[in-house]
Amino acid sequence: MDLILEGIRQAIHLLFTLDPEVLGITALSLKVSGSATLISLCIGISSGTAVALNQFPGKRLVISLINTGMGLPPVVVGLLVTIFLWRNGPLGSLEILYTPTAIIIAQAVIATPIITGISMAAIQHLPRELRLQILALGATRLQMVWILIREARLPLLAAVMAGFGGVISEVGASIMVGGNIKGYTRVLTTATVMETSKGNFEVALALGIILLILAFLINAILTHIQQRERPR
Amino acid sequence: MKQNRLWAFFWVLLLLGGALLVTAPASAAPVQKNIILATTTSTQDSGLLDVLIPIFEKKTGYFVKTIAVGSGQAMAMGAKGEADVLLVHSPDAEKKFIADGFGINRRLVMHNDFIIVGPPSDPSGIKGAKSAAEAFKKIAVSGALFMSRGDNSGTHAQEKKLWKAAGIDPEGQKWYQQTGLGMGQTLNVAAEKKTYTLADRGTYLAMQKNLGLDILCEGDISLLNIYHVIEVNPAKWPKVNAAGAKAFADFMVSREVQEIIAKFGVDKYGSPLFFPDAGKPE
Repeated sequence: MDLILEGIRQAIHLLFTLDPEVLGITALSLKVSGSATLISLCIGISSGTAVALNQFPGKRLVISLINTGMGLPPVVVGLLVTIFLWRNGPLGSLEILYTPTAIIIAQAVIATPIITGISMAAIQHLPRELRLQILALGATRLQMVWILIREARLPLLAAVMAGFGGVISEVGASIMVGGNIKGYTRVLTTATVMETSKGNFEVALALGIILLILAFLINAILTHIQQRERPR
Repeated sequence: MKQNRLWAFFWVLLLLGGALLVTAPASAAPVQKNIILATTTSTQDSGLLDVLIPIFEKKTGYFVKTIAVGSGQAMAMGAKGEADVLLVHSPDAEKKFIADGFGINRRLVMHNDFIIVGPPSDPSGIKGAKSAAEAFKKIAVSGALFMSRGDNSGTHAQEKKLWKAAGIDPEGQKWYQQTGLGMGQTLNVAAEKKTYTLADRGTYLAMQKNLGLDILCEGDISLLNIYHVIEVNPAKWPKVNAAGAKAFADFMVSREVQEIIAKFGVDKYGSPLFFPDAGKPE
């Protein structure tokens, strides 16, 4: 119990003294996971919507694959991305292993199926008549898609929060493709693991608390947008 | 006109995703500037590299990517040409690494020692054992719990050597447990379960105050923990940053760095964590 109290004390201390290393790690976590979520959001919402609205052979299989992708073990994603990115691998010439970009890529791979799957379910949930109604009112196909996305705003934002939550807390892939390099690819989760393995439990707890605070702030903003009353 | 705007918006949204992916690699540093250093968790956890790397980077302008894994994984990375230089402490595996042609210029850098730690009650009575192998034998015979790292690290390799010297095969025995984790975490598990374990002095000292494990055997010559720096062979892997690797290796054995190593840890722990050895006969 004292350990947890000590961890809270350390977290407050680190935040109030604006400890530069911790600030840097926090900013990097936000930048990396934020970018990954943004990329996944673009790919995920568009793909999810496309799959939901169209009929094609093998649709059931594709849906199953996307749903399986939601449970992709991050550490396996990390291993696969590493194999692609290392020097002698297919994308080795890009020189992006052990850079923040690599972490963004790995996290995007993890978050995209999550956002795709939930978006897909969100759009599928909309009443079929709505689609016909919008088209009957003279909308183009593209306008219809946009209106449907707006209608499904609630679950779609939930999808984004799920995607963000999945990657801000991810550690296995981030360590593997990022290398946990001090001041360069060290994020809150990888730093927490390192401090734990060194036995610095109070620092590890403090970092964990800061991570929770960060995740809470982001989700509070997203929730506010999600729960806003629709203009009548 | 609303239609055009909508179209434009949609395209922007899709392109945004692509753009973020494409622009990022353009900002990667040119290849010669980066050095991938594969090293062990003990050198990172001790904080020694946090002191040395910035000095090296300032002096040479290289950017060192320190990837701290176990010696086994570090050498596997070197064998695949995915690292430029290694700082490891697993002599037998290193010799094989050189013999297989994966590494060149293996140079002695420093040493510290391993210690056998355990619960203060010392159930197997190993305190005062004449050699580490004898202590291991006592543990095996008494069936007291022993925590191994089990991760092919330098520490694990040394531990296996000691079991061999004691004539014991611990694999599969009830009292022999393996964590597969780093030194710090293994020490924590050992402390929690009140078992014996083999640790490097540096990590033990750094964690001592919270642990509750005592040093029960030390000083034996078989407990020496020797660190070498090895450059990955550019003949085998042309993409390796050979100049950077050599610069780093030269740096580690340079007189100024050896002096820093000699003083490292004294103010915090009362004794240095590592002993510089560059240039000495093996």
